[in-house]
Amino acid sequence: MNFVIPDFYPAAAELFVVAMSFVILMAGTFIKDSKRLPYYLTQVTLLGAAVITLQTMNGQIGFTFSNMYVDDLMGDVLKLMVYVSVVIVLLYSRAYNDDRKLDTTEYYMLALYATLGMMVMIAANHFLTLYLGLELLSLALYALVAIQRDSVRATEAGMKYFVLGALASGLLLYGISMLYGATGTLEISGVAQAIYHQTGHKTVLLFGLVFVVAGLAFKLGVVPFHMWIPDVYHGAPTSVTLLIASAPKLAAFGMAMRLLVNGLFELSDQWQSMLMFLGVLSIILGNIAAIAQPNIKRMLGYSGISHMGFMLLGLMSGVVEGDRHFALNAYSSAMFYVVSYVLMTLAAFGMLVLLSRAGFEAETLDDFKGLNKRNSWFACVMAMVMFSMAGIPFFVGFFAKFSVLQAVVAAGYIWVAILAVVMSLIGAFYYLRIVKVMFFDDPIDSAHVSAPTEMKIVLSFNGLAIAVLGLTPQWLMSLCAISLLGSL
Amino acid sequence: MQFVETYSWIPRFNINYALGVDGISVLFVLLNSFITVIVVVAGWEVIQEKVAQYMAAFLVMSGLINGIFSALDGVLFYVFFEASLIPLFLIIGVWGGSNRVYAAIKFFLYTLAGSLLMLIALLYLFMESGGSFNILDWHKLRLGMDVQDLIFWAFLVSFAVKVPMFPVHTWLPDAHVEAPTGGSIVLAAIGLKLGAYGFLRFSLPIAPDASQAWAPMIITLSLIAVIYIGFVALVQTDMKKLVAYSSISHMGFVTLGFFIFNPLGIEGALVQMISHGFVSGAMFASIGVLYDRMHSRQIADYGGVVNVMPKFAALFMLFAMANSGLPATSGFVGEFMVALGAVKYNFWVGFAAATTLIVGAAYTLWMYKRVVFGAISNHHVSELTDINGREFAFLATLAICVLAMGIYPLPVTEVMHASVTDLLKHVAVSKL
Repeated sequence: MNFVIPDFYPAAAELFVVAMSFVILMAGTFIKDSKRLPYYLTQVTLLGAAVITLQTMNGQIGFTFSNMYVDDLMGDVLKLMVYVSVVIVLLYSRAYNDDRKLDTTEYYMLALYATLGMMVMIAANHFLTLYLGLELLSLALYALVAIQRDSVRATEAGMKYFVLGALASGLLLYGISMLYGATGTLEISGVAQAIYHQTGHKTVLLFGLVFVVAGLAFKLGVVPFHMWIPDVYHGAPTSVTLLIASAPKLAAFGMAMRLLVNGLFELSDQWQSMLMFLGVLSIILGNIAAIAQPNIKRMLGYSGISHMGFMLLGLMSGVVEGDRHFALNAYSSAMFYVVSYVLMTLAAFGMLVLLSRAGFEAETLDDFKGLNKRNSWFACVMAMVMFSMAGIPFFVGFFAKFSVLQAVVAAGYIWVAILAVVMSLIGAFYYLRIVKVMFFDDPIDSAHVSAPTEMKIVLSFNGLAIAVLGLTPQWLMSLCAISLLGSL
Repeated sequence: MQFVETYSWIPRFNINYALGVDGISVLFVLLNSFITVIVVVAGWEVIQEKVAQYMAAFLVMSGLINGIFSALDGVLFYVFFEASLIPLFLIIGVWGGSNRVYAAIKFFLYTLAGSLLMLIALLYLFMESGGSFNILDWHKLRLGMDVQDLIFWAFLVSFAVKVPMFPVHTWLPDAHVEAPTGGSIVLAAIGLKLGAYGFLRFSLPIAPDASQAWAPMIITLSLIAVIYIGFVALVQTDMKKLVAYSSISHMGFVTLGFFIFNPLGIEGALVQMISHGFVSGAMFASIGVLYDRMHSRQIADYGGVVNVMPKFAALFMLFAMANSGLPATSGFVGEFMVALGAVKYNFWVGFAAATTLIVGAAYTLWMYKRVVFGAISNHHVSELTDINGREFAFLATLAICVLAMGIYPLPVTEVMHASVTDLLKHVAVSKL
């Protein structure tokens, strides 16, 4: 038997993160007196991973570990975005965690493992690799949600997340096993080949597809697999909610691309109608349920459901009656949507973190009352985020909606597009309500907005990015299109 | 189109930053820039709270509205159109009256509801035209009747809310009443023109057959606005509400003029739009002058203002006359041209439209009489002081505009004539 040493080069960033995670673990255990060390080491690790990814990015598709692992442009771009958002998440949450004694090695380790899980998901070319990454991400997040051990709400949220997440993993695994049964392989490109040559058993394939889509829908948090979102968002510490709501959406998009587009493209007729169903329901339920939420974390949770529904509408517009001409346009619009959403959601939860302080959680509408009188710059940032989420130009959220709607209209689903805009009108109401309390009401809480300077700077840039990308969305749109080009 | 400039903005969707003006839009760019100056002067000493944000909001809005009037790209138009909601929303909500939150949100959601359907129409036209967002390309596009119907309705919903036409006008009185004086002036003088301008730029040339087919409905709605809303204005007890309803009634004249498809009607409607910009702006400015002193908009709280504010009373008189369409004021020219055009189209339509000259005079002059004439009604009125130099300056400037356009409207009609002829050529040719 030959033992071939695999090519580690395409997976260099992942290996670096693994190695560094051990270093951080050791450092956190043995160097007790330097409290900030795990934080700085984690940030350095993420930046190092970014440098490695940039270095190894060559536009070629490289496979390694017996074709279980793929390194392509889409994966690299998504990974870079994951690093950036996790770096921002950690930066926003440091002071918050410090106040709540969450600023421990465990927090940073779990965040790093979650990042690693996302990287593996994005780079998977094999159903088992995909599952491995997904579980690594999920397990780290379950633990993070419940990291405040003495908080009943957080523990309950962690438990709910774990039980429902395990169910979803089960569904996904069940679906994968059916796909294996139908095609005889677990390699994603192999499955695609098998379906193309029609060697698989159609009924079994379709059953498998249904379960895979259900598992995916759970991870994205779209209706009817959304139940965990409001409770988990609400129950987890805001710094953790910030993490759950941002980077994993990028990974879930990567997973959707690997599973549905790279693997099951031949079944696009079937999964597109499922995605339409999921997307439309999410947009309706997410927007309507968000109106009734006085708690902003829950509200943003429901709004996230509707945003993910919108993203699915982009994914479902790729193939029209067998014509694949629209695919690149549609998938890149979905990717652009996810990236914009992550940017907005980072800023939105970042604002919640900013307004929280020791012993006080800012999470209801009342906490935003009169923010314009307390600090007009951050009121302005939050207003930009809210207008952007509502899809009002000149903000990036408008162009995200625009490009998805363009794909939907081009695919001929005009009624879906009309429904989507009518629902975003309903959505505009609850985003406006936040603008309203910030600008039109008088403050209840007159405390000075205090946060570390670096957080204030990054949050300001995050807000500005939403406006600047709204003025020049071109380059990000092109980046999404170019990065997907190689993977279709 | 003149002064055209085109830069590539989002090449991925072939969206250009394309601006340019024709004889129609150049007038509104000028009107908007002029009114913004008036608004800044009108708010000079009045706004004490967050002055920088107030002025910034008006300047941003002015820029966006100039963008709306000069955009030659569908997406650029839409982007300006929607973005202009944000500053006005904040102006109403931050510096407005007691019920401002309700009014601001109602205004925002109402107008957003309209414009979202327009977005779908724009995307559809993008697809139909083979990947172009250029409005002038769309004018040449051949479309089937069913497609034209859908596009016409999508644009109609959006512009009808903005104009506003009966029955989607209910946001306007609320917004006007609660907005600060500057907000009311901009909303009445410019905001309402955006919808009407949209009809000329999109609905008529892109979907001419559908426009012809649905014209009777639009004419009916316009006449309802002119007559019924005129009577609604008659019973108002709040001055701002009264002028708001009178604006809806006057805008009914504008939509009527557009959809009778003759040059007289369209030019009359355009003159009416410009004139209404001056007159309604001036009316709201005058009411603002009173409100700054008394902090009341109720007609019943006033009476005998002429005794203490003679200069103001004289200027207000002129604006009230212009609002009721007195010859030699700008209000008369537009209404007369539209009425004339309407008579050519159908005598009874013209007849019904002309009744506005009576109703309009009734509600404006009756309001004027109750507020200004008579004996001093209470001690608050007796303590009023006449307008100062700043207030005189902006009211007198508006008065000069009103008179100049009433006496010699030729420069205005001459500028728009070629563009209107060109537009009517588009509308006359079937695209089926």
